[in-house]
Amino acid sequence: MPSLIAKSACDGLLPLSEGGVTLSEAAPARVTSVAPFAGQEKATDAALKTMGLGWPKPGQSFTKDEAQILWTGRGQAFLISASPAELDGVAALSDQSDGWARIRLEGAGAEAVLARLVPLDLRTAAFPTGSVARTGLNHMMMVLHRAGAETFDIMVFRSMTASAVHELHHAMKALAARAAAL
Amino acid sequence: MRINCPLCGTRDRREFTYYGDAVYADRPADGAPIEAWDDYLHLRDNPAGETRDLWYHEMGCSSWIEVTRNTVTHEISATRLLTDRKAPAKKGKKT
Amino acid sequence: MRIAGKGLIDRANTVGFRFDGKDYTGFEGDTLASALLASDVKVFGRSFKYHRPRGVMSAGSEEPNALVTVGKGAAQVPNVRATVQEIHAGLEARGQNAWPSVNLDLMAVNDLFAPFFSAGFYYKTFMWPRAFWEKLYEPAIRRAAGLGALSGKHNDESYEKAWAHCDLLIIGSGPAGLMAALTAARAGAEVILAEEDHRMGGRCLSETFEIAGKPAADWAAGIVAELEAMPNVRLMTRTTVTGAYDDGTYGALERVGLHIANPPKDLPRECFWRIVAKRAVLASGAHERQIAFSNNDRPGIMTAGAVRAYLNRWGVAPGHAVTIFANNDNAHKTARDLSAAGVRIAGLIDVREDVEVVGDFPVYAGYRVIDTVGRKGLRDVVIADKSGQISRIVSDCLAVSGGWNPALHLTCHMNGRPVWREDIAAFVPKPGMVPGLEAAGSANGAFSTRACLAQGIAAAEAALEALGRKPKKAEMPEAEDGAVRMRAYWEVPEPKHRAWLDFANDVTTKDVRLAAQENFRSVEHMKRYTTQGMAPDQGKNSNVAALAILADATGRGISETGTTTFRPPYTPVSIAAMGAGGQGAGFAPQRFTTSDKAARERGAPMIEAGLWYRPSYFPRPGEKTWRESCDREVMMVRDRVGVCDVSTLGKIDIQGRDAARFLDLVYTNTFSTLKPGRVRYGLMLREDGLIMDDGTTACLAEGHYLMTTTTAAAGQVMRHLEFVQQAHCPGWDVRMISVTEQWAQFAVAGPLARELLNSVLETPIDVTTPPFLGVADVRLMDVDARLYRISFSGELGYEIAVPARYGESLYRDLVARAESLGGGAYGMEALNVLRIEKGFITHAEIHGRVTAFDIGMEGMVSAKKDCIGKGASKRPGLAGPEREQLVGLRPIPMSRQIGAGAHLFNEGADPVRVNDQGYVTSVGYSPVLKTYLGLAFLKNGRARHGERIRLVDHLRGTDVVCEVMNPVFFDPEGGRARA
Repeated sequence: MPSLIAKSACDGLLPLSEGGVTLSEAAPARVTSVAPFAGQEKATDAALKTMGLGWPKPGQSFTKDEAQILWTGRGQAFLISASPAELDGVAALSDQSDGWARIRLEGAGAEAVLARLVPLDLRTAAFPTGSVARTGLNHMMMVLHRAGAETFDIMVFRSMTASAVHELHHAMKALAARAAAL
Repeated sequence: MRINCPLCGTRDRREFTYYGDAVYADRPADGAPIEAWDDYLHLRDNPAGETRDLWYHEMGCSSWIEVTRNTVTHEISATRLLTDRKAPAKKGKKT
Repeated sequence: MRIAGKGLIDRANTVGFRFDGKDYTGFEGDTLASALLASDVKVFGRSFKYHRPRGVMSAGSEEPNALVTVGKGAAQVPNVRATVQEIHAGLEARGQNAWPSVNLDLMAVNDLFAPFFSAGFYYKTFMWPRAFWEKLYEPAIRRAAGLGALSGKHNDESYEKAWAHCDLLIIGSGPAGLMAALTAARAGAEVILAEEDHRMGGRCLSETFEIAGKPAADWAAGIVAELEAMPNVRLMTRTTVTGAYDDGTYGALERVGLHIANPPKDLPRECFWRIVAKRAVLASGAHERQIAFSNNDRPGIMTAGAVRAYLNRWGVAPGHAVTIFANNDNAHKTARDLSAAGVRIAGLIDVREDVEVVGDFPVYAGYRVIDTVGRKGLRDVVIADKSGQISRIVSDCLAVSGGWNPALHLTCHMNGRPVWREDIAAFVPKPGMVPGLEAAGSANGAFSTRACLAQGIAAAEAALEALGRKPKKAEMPEAEDGAVRMRAYWEVPEPKHRAWLDFANDVTTKDVRLAAQENFRSVEHMKRYTTQGMAPDQGKNSNVAALAILADATGRGISETGTTTFRPPYTPVSIAAMGAGGQGAGFAPQRFTTSDKAARERGAPMIEAGLWYRPSYFPRPGEKTWRESCDREVMMVRDRVGVCDVSTLGKIDIQGRDAARFLDLVYTNTFSTLKPGRVRYGLMLREDGLIMDDGTTACLAEGHYLMTTTTAAAGQVMRHLEFVQQAHCPGWDVRMISVTEQWAQFAVAGPLARELLNSVLETPIDVTTPPFLGVADVRLMDVDARLYRISFSGELGYEIAVPARYGESLYRDLVARAESLGGGAYGMEALNVLRIEKGFITHAEIHGRVTAFDIGMEGMVSAKKDCIGKGASKRPGLAGPEREQLVGLRPIPMSRQIGAGAHLFNEGADPVRVNDQGYVTSVGYSPVLKTYLGLAFLKNGRARHGERIRLVDHLRGTDVVCEVMNPVFFDPEGGRARA
């Protein structure tokens, strides 16, 4: 019996590069949504601390080696590349590993690219490394995480990957054209 | 228009969906008379001045927010999470 | 003509361009206006109503006359101001509103009929006979109306939209704006300085005064260089701030690629910015006014400040013998500057008798201009003195100044009105009209250079204080501080010929007086009745004068007469820029399933379901129509086995101790009794008692459920669930998240469904495991999956769900296996027929105006518990025999075709609205029953099974009698799904 073939969300679409800015897939090993049950916020935080993380406040994230936890909404966070076993019973867990595409935007012009699509102030002072925001990538729901000074990790619904890549690429090309012509 | 989400900070209006008057958050009890339902669903004051609406931060944290807003000056004077309604309304962050 | 040794243009770089079919050259830095004036071109276009020859009047974006069309083909742009368009190699432009050309325009016949075209003439003519309006008048007026024309072709050029954030937005880079930017930037604030022009400096570029002991242009360049080097400053040239909106949001249009020859395809033409600023300073300067007198609109008549700009910035004298006509001292500078550059001044006419002018040219104090001569270009200026004594001056350029109007438009964008200042005879902004925005400099009514610099500093310091920053000590550069010397003067009295106010819409002083005479006395009425102020310049050149005339005509003061307000945009914004990214498929995100590629490879046409794309049908070789494929797919599912991607349906994971209780609240029926491993169909109402959605919810384990919703309603249901939880049960222990995207899910339906699945599942299934309406964890091909036994086709049916990364692979495998069993993939058309045959509803039936009673499911609304919508569903009129109830329809005879959207009438009744008995929501051809079948809503339908009803589609011309019957046409006991 043959096995099923796994395809990543960005299969066939990435990597791309324009004017010193690159777009690549940064598919995480796994993603679990964590939503502490009523009254279990402290217990959830304690369990995450044993993993070297913690419960993130709105806009916050923690990283320990491969593992990350990103705040993603009201009473919710995404645990990335780590097993959620410690949280069984204290939080509602839902496998989100396949539901999202994670696209990495990197380069000196990354902020300018996102300025075409994201209504937030993403300059370092307002959105330093480690910051997370739930906002829109144009008209698509997105989890945005600043992974480095010039590195943004963008998570969008798997089904919208092609639209997201297209719009990011379009913005990259427009900026590259500005740099060349003006 | 910018709305101060208590969790995410001040965000552009496009991240939110407008639902209607804040009275929607207080549904009549089981067994309430038809008039109570009619009032709840259909009858509204329309002030030239302060009003309270419900907005959903759909592109953001999925919080439902009660917004205190002036329909004449457009000023938003307070926002709070619907789940915080027992607490007094928080003043909108003015920058 | 070009003047040697003057101007900030780059004479080393010549630029060739074309206007109205003729080739010209200019220099880099020229606008179309300056380059054509340098070549002595006089006529740039024809006026809107009377088709009079018109030339350049100004040197800025307020230009009302020289509106040209730039570009060719799909890229053609009409109504471009020649004063703003920078020339580049290969630029092609032409005049507008003239046929065959601006120099010979046959429509100028309108000018002869001027006495009939006064204000409001549309309402007084073209009224009779009525039939002529649609057939003759309107088409003729449409053809003659408008200025430039769109190409009508699809424009696929690139545009973009972007966001920017700052502490302080400064609008305008003249002396006030530059000082504000410098002050704020030195204090560490994040500053954006936006300048409409392609070069920073404002009036510094057009005047000969000095700042800090150097020519103003040099001073400005030095400030700009300092700002450019600061990391907290963003300089945006070619960027017009077009609107002030709530909460410190400003709209701005940046002209990105309109000045470049052969721009690369990816370079946006324009960018529409949304700038979020904590504070803003409006340093937009002021616009010079005309004076109204007979024939004051001829080519060659310009504003005095514009003439100085053309001389000092572009090295162009717009005439050989220049006259000046003014009511203020500021305009005298035009005479002095031109004279110093060697251009002959034919005369300086000032309406003030007591004025003192120093200069080597004739001065006419106390005179006024009463007429001009020269239709295609000014030739003579006719003046008269106090006693009426007339003289003629030979002149080819008349520089007029009636004073200056602060460019305060942005301050009015939130319905504010400015205040009148008698001393400068102008309106100035009222502070606080736009929260967070302060005006400085000429925009605020300050007209000396020193006052502008000081106000720029003060405005920045006020902003810094509000931002919690300390300003550094400000150094005030040396600059002139002259007082404004003027006398308000709006029109030369009793003109013998038409005197223009609004050049762009061809409105004269006579029109304004006529409006007042006909009792359109309010400034709002005068504006609409005469169309003054409604042209592309939005009244920048005519508002104040027009309301001064109206005030005079109605015996009121200017302050009492008031003004109309200004609304965004300040200058026209192309819709392509505002809608950037929204063309074609960019309008909304596109959502693709994991089987999309495989479906398209098989030639399936795709249809849109919400934002998703789903295959309509899968054509096989030899099949010529969609019906052939659809019929075959239906039979394939009924006889063998079919595979269909159902991933798009919303899936919501719900967990928690109160999850069951929560489901009982949102569904009409009871879910707290649902055991793990079971699935139940549920109905969800809106709070007003009408159906919102239906779907199935599975119990995966105690306190853990998976809810499904219809594809297009997934977002709406999620929003609803969040609302119910946060508003009505905030303390409940229930957590939810969408898992629509996590799982790829495929329906496997047909008598051979179990056989197909058993060929892939690790552990075989049978008729009881899982049971009908059951769910189980399974494993197939080394992957953990979920198997639901539910059927939308009415056949033995399952849905197999795997993590989406395996979706494409599983789909291909399932379809191959189905084909080997004599079945295959089926699409939306077949899906629809299968469910119609079984009387299963979709949102075609539950369209938002339907109750549980209407679809015969009132029994599903539990009497034992409250639920959303239950209270309101008891309102009178939402149940009963007068309601339109769900029924099935079958045409008589069975060979007739019917369609959805038709309405139902009793036989013998006239098929008109008052006899309407209901309507048809879904129709499909059933290859099983060999007839068309319809689902419909019919008054008291459930009591009318067996009756005949007449189906009429007025739009498509169908008229068919049908039998009313039970909507479950096929396998009414439902035994096939339970096999």
